[in-house]
Amino acid sequence: MNSSLLQSIVDYVQSYLSSNQTPGVAGNWFWATVYVLLVFAGVSVGVICMNWLERKILAHMQVRLGPMRVGPHGLLQPIADALKLLLKEDIIPAEADALVFWIAPFIVDLAAFTVFIVVPFGPAHAVTDMNIGILFMLGVSSLSVLGIVTAGWASNSHYPLIGALRSSAQMVSYEVAMGLAVVSAIMMTSLSAEGGTLSMIGIVQRQQEQQVWFVFKFFPLGLVAFAIFAIAMIAETNRAPFDLPEAESELTAGFHTEYSGFRWSLFFLAEYAAMMAVSSIAVTLWLGGWLRPFPNALHGATWDLIFSFFPGLTFLFLGGLCFFNASRMPKHPFFKIQTMGLAAFGAVLGLIGLVLFVPGIRERVQDIFWFTAKVAAFMYLYIWYRGTFPRYRFDQLMKVGWKVLLPTGLALLILTAVVAMRTEVWAEVVVPMWLGFADLLRRIF
Amino acid sequence: MNPLVANPPVATPFFFYLLSGIMIIGGILVITRKNAVHSAIALITALLAQAGLYLMLYAPFVAGVQIILYAGGIMVLFLFVIMLISIERTMKERQFNKQWLVGIAAAAALGGLFISVYAKGKSLFPEGHPLYPEAQNTQAIGALLFDSRTGMYMFAFEIASLLLLVAIIGAVVMAKKRI
Repeated sequence: MNSSLLQSIVDYVQSYLSSNQTPGVAGNWFWATVYVLLVFAGVSVGVICMNWLERKILAHMQVRLGPMRVGPHGLLQPIADALKLLLKEDIIPAEADALVFWIAPFIVDLAAFTVFIVVPFGPAHAVTDMNIGILFMLGVSSLSVLGIVTAGWASNSHYPLIGALRSSAQMVSYEVAMGLAVVSAIMMTSLSAEGGTLSMIGIVQRQQEQQVWFVFKFFPLGLVAFAIFAIAMIAETNRAPFDLPEAESELTAGFHTEYSGFRWSLFFLAEYAAMMAVSSIAVTLWLGGWLRPFPNALHGATWDLIFSFFPGLTFLFLGGLCFFNASRMPKHPFFKIQTMGLAAFGAVLGLIGLVLFVPGIRERVQDIFWFTAKVAAFMYLYIWYRGTFPRYRFDQLMKVGWKVLLPTGLALLILTAVVAMRTEVWAEVVVPMWLGFADLLRRIF
Repeated sequence: MNPLVANPPVATPFFFYLLSGIMIIGGILVITRKNAVHSAIALITALLAQAGLYLMLYAPFVAGVQIILYAGGIMVLFLFVIMLISIERTMKERQFNKQWLVGIAAAAALGGLFISVYAKGKSLFPEGHPLYPEAQNTQAIGALLFDSRTGMYMFAFEIASLLLLVAIIGAVVMAKKRI
């Protein structure tokens, strides 16, 4: 009895592995939970990496060293920061609305993390595939503004309130332009034989069928749509140069001025998770999601093999970088442990790289690798923008949103619709309509 | 088992009662909270639970639109306005007026409706009306709205958008003295 129960559990767990679907579509509880935990862990690790990378890269852009004290090259700085935040006193201001103040960070985090259940890391590497995937992502990520607004209001203080008002005005404005850009990409999916789709996995598969990333389709229409989205997504995530809700020089820290310790770190977590989420929307819609670069120009078994080495090579390169820097560490005995730690970290990275060369793993991992690499490029761009552009004034921000991005988006949508129209639609609808119109004019005059 | 879906839904009654319970509690909180921001948050909860109910009815598109428009769009603007109102004054105001007669009549009518629906049960709802499978819901709505042959709701859709345009122009006229 007991062994048969165990056997059935094992069968249930194994039954998913042969199906080439996402666990949500296959309806497998066990693997769905595993995927949710994996994605959650992956995003959290990504946030930790971003914390270190942002400080380091910004510092180098500004000709500073950045964190250098905690661990070699400040590698342990995020962990020290996290510990510090957890140990800090949790302050709720006396005049604050305690309940709403308490809920607000959780709303932001829920919205930021929930969207990841439809992010397609590969044809079968997503928690689930929804018919309304992109709609779900846009909808749920737009809920995060609720958390920001309630946080600012509940603090019962002037700077947070102004920050929250700015944030909601900004996010509502840029959502419109963002939606228009997304619709033009969705329109491009409808050119495939199976018709259009809103599913995230479906959108990437359509790009595979049409053999073009949508950023290059109908040049320059796809590129313009991508540019609109790339600008709007920075405003949506309240990042520099559109970080007016938390403009330090004007509003101290904006909507989270009154937050401290763990609650503040929840906002931090949500900000970076949301950045990754919108980046993955951009990657999915325009940059071919998990597809590797140049699948047409460099096709064939040899190129497939060469491109499948990239994940392992990347990790080997990172490991090598660690060894190189370990050899450059000061020779003073005080740095002995740090040097050994860096070398050990390099060894771990190199080992991961070697594991990624194993044929079975190599094939399974490469789509996740390409997706993550593209998202990582966007994360670097975020840091680059922050190091490059000065902050916009609020009226300039609104002008860009309503007077530049929105009209461009509308024109783009119409142009895409005209270019993408199928020939039979021209023959059946458009031409008769204009003929009828001409006929009407002739009768009047 | 429903032939329309590849995987039969799991624990349907549980999720139905859970979502309905959240909606009812949210609705009650909306009218009983004195603080308007608390009411708004309760309303958002109710609206999200409603989106969940739409998902259970195999209408994912409606659920997505519910989240984007109501929970994400309209409620944000609601909160935006409410935050600028002085909370202290609204806290002192009387929340309910004493319209007992109308209240009892309305409650009796609604209660009667509920009881009759509960008594008649299934016979009120047609069993075999066409239901689109989950994977085609969005496409079916698109075809009903815009297709040149099956798009029977196009006119209604355009008229509704015209109504919104009128509202936008009205707002601009009221807000701007000189245009």
